[in-house]
Amino acid sequence: MKDLLSMMRAFVSKSMQFKFDPALKEIDLAKILKDGSLPVSGYDDDSEENANCERWQDKVIENEIREGSSVLDLGCGTGELLERLVKHKKVFGQGIEIDEKSVASCVERGVAVFQADLDEGLKGFPDGSFDYVILEETLPTLKQPMRVLTDMLRVGSRGIVSFPNFGYWKIRLALLIEGRMPITERLSAPWFNTENIRLFTLRDLFDWAQNEGVIFEKSFVLNGKSFSHLSDRDNLLAEEVLVVLKKNNKEKK
Amino acid sequence: MSKERIDPVSAVAEKDSVGWTHVAKLRLIPPEKPLKLELGGRLAPIDIEYETYGKLSQDKDNVVLVAHALSGDAHAAGWDADATENFRSWRLNKPGWWDSIIGPGKAIDTDRFFVICPNCVGSCYGSTGPSSINPETNKPYGMSFPMVTVEDWTEIEGRLLDHLGIKKIHAIIGGSLGGQQAIEFALRFPDRVEKSIVLAATPRLSAQGLAFNAVGRYCIMNDPNFNEGNYYEGAKPDKGLAAARMLAHITYLSDEGMHDKFGRKLWDKTDFEGGFGIEFAVESYLDHQGRAFVNRFDANSYLYITRAMDYYDAAERWGGGDLVKACSKIKCDMMIVSFSSDWLYPPHECKQFSLAITANRHPVTYVNVPSPYGHDSFLVETESVTRLVKPFLESKKESE
Repeated sequence: MKDLLSMMRAFVSKSMQFKFDPALKEIDLAKILKDGSLPVSGYDDDSEENANCERWQDKVIENEIREGSSVLDLGCGTGELLERLVKHKKVFGQGIEIDEKSVASCVERGVAVFQADLDEGLKGFPDGSFDYVILEETLPTLKQPMRVLTDMLRVGSRGIVSFPNFGYWKIRLALLIEGRMPITERLSAPWFNTENIRLFTLRDLFDWAQNEGVIFEKSFVLNGKSFSHLSDRDNLLAEEVLVVLKKNNKEKK
Repeated sequence: MSKERIDPVSAVAEKDSVGWTHVAKLRLIPPEKPLKLELGGRLAPIDIEYETYGKLSQDKDNVVLVAHALSGDAHAAGWDADATENFRSWRLNKPGWWDSIIGPGKAIDTDRFFVICPNCVGSCYGSTGPSSINPETNKPYGMSFPMVTVEDWTEIEGRLLDHLGIKKIHAIIGGSLGGQQAIEFALRFPDRVEKSIVLAATPRLSAQGLAFNAVGRYCIMNDPNFNEGNYYEGAKPDKGLAAARMLAHITYLSDEGMHDKFGRKLWDKTDFEGGFGIEFAVESYLDHQGRAFVNRFDANSYLYITRAMDYYDAAERWGGGDLVKACSKIKCDMMIVSFSSDWLYPPHECKQFSLAITANRHPVTYVNVPSPYGHDSFLVETESVTRLVKPFLESKKESE
């Protein structure tokens, strides 16, 4: 345990802006995991307000999207978000969804829905035909996540992607200590029937973006706070992330 | 398909039945003002047989137009009260062809909507067609009947609405060839329709579909009784028409569906009899379909209608070959439904059509219903069709 403590101290002091309580002599990792809070300050993603906010991403998206724009929602589920966007932001909204029952719910809501498998990509959707393409919580469930990411930035001027961050400290610790695939409040399915099959961290996505000349135009974490410069601290402390992606056109030229 | 005989008297009493129906007949185009047809011909007079269900609202804004398919007619729902008197005995034990979908509380709710279903020109169920009397010769038209197209049918539907004083319809819905009319209506009359529902249909038939139709017509035209279409006074080309229908029925089903229904079951026997009579259950089914059809359909109508189906190409007609451009005309809400095992109007083509609408930044609802029943699914997958069609018809307009 001593070694672990010094490793963590080194990691923290090197890459993060917060400090452990100096009085802390020993880290009881099991206790930290049980209590659900890291002995650090300044990053309260566990406030009650957030715990009650089931779809915090929807609020962020509603704020972000320009009135009267066109929105393609990939994996739109039962169409709640699109319904709100059409109503409040007067968008031209189109959903894509594979699940039969969800599709039927969309029809009941009066949301235009296209039944298709996202893993087949957005073939047939012309370049730049939407202002925004949204992918909420769906990226890790896809067999071909790269293809969809690339396609959404082909079809849309901007991509809005939200996802659970597997770099989140609780997930890291749980795997480290328990030696089992982590189960958290927001990722509650066991390994054998979780829909998330492509697991990645915020850092991974950032790496991809840099390689592809894609910029994180805006980034938001679970508590709705935005961050502008990605740090290891975000990757460790953000449970869920939403990023607005845009192709870096300057780089292209 | 069920052998079970339904008693019409108790069936009409069912709460969700439109009850007894009567046909309406109308001289839509008078002899002195012929209709100019899409392919250049002229036709007059034109009589239209149609049926209506439900009540027209005061504002005349609750109309749902139902378009029938190749062998369909105006009798879409309920029980024909005049079946005997009009020599339509096949209707005595069977309700209208879409009775499962149209009625009080059903997918097309006749408590809300005023449903109109006209019979297509060129058909043989009351509207003017090749078996009608040509006033110039006082004989049936036969093959002197001018070529009619999906465009003409839609134009005539527009005229019928004019006649009824209906400026704008709430929706048009149809499957197969009826679905093509739903497409054409959305393109031809973008300001006269709020919603268009296209089931098991595409903007144009594929090469495979053209091929099936060609074989069907070959059967009819090579029947010894065909006589260039002038058979109305003698023996009819029943064998050819039956063969065409048998082939068509194969295309309406799917491999999976036929396997489930018939497999290699024998018909009414435990061992092969030898020879070329009916050995298998599937042979008996096709034989029955063929026989039943010749009693109720005209071979010339079959030629004309399949040709109309061949000719229809919405991309060519409205976009110079460019489907996306053609779809830019669409203003109404669109629902396109394909069925997974349909090989006549396959899902991938329905999807392509839907994409062409989306490419115009116009909302579209496209659903592919998993079903083993092939092209026929739109008639038999009542539950799935209801689950999609009912809320779509009853929801507010998407683009508002």
